[in-house]
Amino acid sequence: MVDATGERRADVLVRDGQVAAVAAGIEPAAGATVLDAGGCVVAPGLVDIHTHLRQPGREEAETVETGSRAAALGGYTAVVAMPNTEPAVDSAGVVREVLELGERALCEVRVAGAITKGRRGEELAPLAEMAGLGVRLFTDDGRGVQDARLMRRALEYASALGVTLAQHCEDEQLAAGGHMHEGEWSSRLGIPGVPSEAEELMVMRDIALARRTAHLGARVHFQHLSTAGSVALVRAAKADGVPVTAEATPHHLSLTDEAVASYDPVFKVNPPLRPPADVEAVRAGLADGAIDAVATDHAPHAQEDKERPFDSAPPGMLGLETALAVVLTAVGLPVGRALALMSWQPARIARLDQGHGGPIAEGRPANLCVIDPAAVWVVEPDRLASRSRNTPYAGRKLTGRVRHTLLRGEPVVVDGEAQR
Amino acid sequence: MTASLLSVADLGRDGIEEVMAVSDSFVEVSERAIPKVPALRGKTVVSLFYEGSTRTRLSFETAARRLSADVMNFAVGGSSVGKGESLRDTVETIEAMGVDALVVRHSSAGVPWQVASWVSCSVINAGDGWHEHPTQALLDCYTIRRARGSLEGLRVAIVGDVKHSRVARSNVLAFSTLGAEVTLVAPPTLLPPSLHGWPVTASSDLDDVLPKADVVYLLRLQAERQTEALLPSLREYTAGYGLTRRRAALLLDDALVMHPGPMNRGVEIAAEVADLPSSVVTRQVANGVAVRMAVLFLLLGSTPAA
Repeated sequence: MVDATGERRADVLVRDGQVAAVAAGIEPAAGATVLDAGGCVVAPGLVDIHTHLRQPGREEAETVETGSRAAALGGYTAVVAMPNTEPAVDSAGVVREVLELGERALCEVRVAGAITKGRRGEELAPLAEMAGLGVRLFTDDGRGVQDARLMRRALEYASALGVTLAQHCEDEQLAAGGHMHEGEWSSRLGIPGVPSEAEELMVMRDIALARRTAHLGARVHFQHLSTAGSVALVRAAKADGVPVTAEATPHHLSLTDEAVASYDPVFKVNPPLRPPADVEAVRAGLADGAIDAVATDHAPHAQEDKERPFDSAPPGMLGLETALAVVLTAVGLPVGRALALMSWQPARIARLDQGHGGPIAEGRPANLCVIDPAAVWVVEPDRLASRSRNTPYAGRKLTGRVRHTLLRGEPVVVDGEAQR
Repeated sequence: MTASLLSVADLGRDGIEEVMAVSDSFVEVSERAIPKVPALRGKTVVSLFYEGSTRTRLSFETAARRLSADVMNFAVGGSSVGKGESLRDTVETIEAMGVDALVVRHSSAGVPWQVASWVSCSVINAGDGWHEHPTQALLDCYTIRRARGSLEGLRVAIVGDVKHSRVARSNVLAFSTLGAEVTLVAPPTLLPPSLHGWPVTASSDLDDVLPKADVVYLLRLQAERQTEALLPSLREYTAGYGLTRRRAALLLDDALVMHPGPMNRGVEIAAEVADLPSSVVTRQVANGVAVRMAVLFLLLGSTPAA
C-alpha cells in the first residue's frame, strides 16, 4: 500500500463505500468480494485536474460516460472536466448539466468553470454562482486570459470565493498562426511555429499578478507547462513565496517535436511538443517540486478531424488510459513519486482532498486503485475505452497497468476490465 | 527510385543524378516534331491541386501526355471538396478509379505524406505549403547542370523569402547534395527561425554575396509579407534585396540568374534584368517538362498499368 503517509504491507477492507479496516491478514467475511492485489500497489485513486470530456457539444469525440470509463481504466477516481464545451461551462446551468451527467459516471466528475463569459476573455463569468455548485477551479482552457487587467480582476474577485484560477499560458499575438514548436523542426518541416516565449510571457505576467493579489489569498495554477523557461520561472516564484502551482502532461514529459516529422496530426497539441532540452527541464521540475502535478489534458478528437492537414487539424491527444504507464515507463518515476504527482497533490490543487487522494485509512471514502507496476502491455487504439483514437502512443510497449479501480467502494474496474 | 517522390531527400545524390540522366533523353524527345513516346501507355496520372497553380500543373500534365499516359485533372473548385468531402475520402475515391500516380499540390505542409499513407499508388509532391517542391529543385539542378556542367563547388545564392518558400527548402537540399555551396540572403524576418542542420550560410548583405555567386536564385516575394510586419514596404525590400540594374553589374560574367516564377518584375528582380542573357528563367520552364517526364518515367515505367 502506498499513500502520502508512506508505504506498508496490509490488506484493505472496504464496506459501505468506505475503508473499514487496514491491517495485515484480514480474513474476508463470507460473501465478500475479494480483489487480488498480489504483486500490486494499492493506492489512493488518481485525480486528473485537466480532462476534456467534450460533453455538451462534441459527443462524437467523447461523452462523460466514455471519458469516465477511460479514466477509471487509467486508475482515476476523479477528473475535473474542462469548460471548453459547446456551450462553454460559464453558467450554473451548464455546470449542473455536466454534474448530472457525472452522477452515473465511472469516476467522480467535477467541473471547472470558465473565467470569462463564453471563454471570450472580455467579461467575467458568474464565478460565485458556479462556486456555489461546488466549482473550485476556473479556467478558460484552450485559451489564456489575454487581458492583464481582466486577469487581475478575476484573481481579486476569486480570492473571496476560495477558488483557484488555472491558466492556459499562451500569448495569442506571439503564437498567432503557429501549429508546432518554433525551432529546428518547424523550420525544416515548413510548419509555422509557436515560440516558447508565447507560453513564458504569460507565466511571467501571471506570477506578477499572483504576487500582487497574494495578500487577498488569490491562487494561480499553471496548466500544462512545457518549456524550460516556464519551469524556471515557476521555481523562482515558489522560492519567493508566490502562491502558484503547476502541472505538466505525460506527453510533454515523453515526446519531442521531432515526432511532427511524420506530419501525423495525432502529434499536434497545444502547447506543442518541445525539443529534448525542454522535456528534460520539465522532468527536472517534477523531481524538485517546481511542478506539483501530472495532468493528462486528455483531449479526444474524432478521427476525421485528426485526418485533416496538419495546420488545420485540432490540437490535442488522449491521455487518461496511458498516463500512469507513461509516467512510470517513459519518464521512469518510482511509483510513490508518480502517485504524489497524480493523486494527492492534484487532489489538493483542485480541492478534492476530502474524498480523493487518500490517505488510505479507516473511515475515508474508498476511492482506490490497484496498480500492477510490472504488467507489460501494448497500446492498441482500437481497444481504448475513449470514444476517440488519437493516442500518440499507438503501438508503444508500456510497463505498469491498473488492475482494479474502486469508486466509493464499487469495483468499477476489475482485472483491467470496466464493470459497466 | 522509390515508389513516390515526396522530398528531395528521398532521392539522394544517386537518385538526383539518375533523374538528370533520364531528363537528357526526354529533352531530345521534346525537340522532335511529334514530341511523344509510348513509355507510359495505359498508365493514369491524376493531378490533384488544392492550391492554384498554372505552370506546375500544366508542366506535369504535358509531361504525362508526352509519355502517352492518360491524364485526369481533379479540379478542386466545383468538386465534391466544396461539398465538404474530406481529403482522405477524395483521395481514396480517386484511387478506386484505378490510378498509377497522384500529383499533389496543397497549401498545407505534409499533405503528400498523409496522402501517401492512405493510398498504394505513387504520390508526387508538387508543392506542400512552405515545405518542399522537389520537381522544381530537380529542374533547377538540371538547368544549372546544362549551363555549367556540374554543381560541384558552385556558389549559389538563394535570395529572398526563404522562410515561406518550399522552393528554397527543396533547393537547399538538392544543391548541397550535388556539391554546391549555398548562401541564403534575406532580411532576418524572412529566414526560417532556425537554420540548425541546414548546410548553408546566411547573409543579409546582397552586395557582398553577388560578386562571388555563380548562381543567383531569386525567390518570389508575396505582397502580403508587408501586412505581417515582416517588411516595412516592398520598396524597402527591393532596395535591400532586389536584383536591381545596379546590382546586376556586380554579377560575374557567367553567373546565372534564376527564378521559379511567377516573377514580380520591379520587386525581387528589375524588369530589364529579367531579360538579360544571364537570366535562364524560360529555360527553367522548358526543362521542367523533360525533368517531370523523367520523374514519371522512373516512378511508373517499370510497373504494369493499374
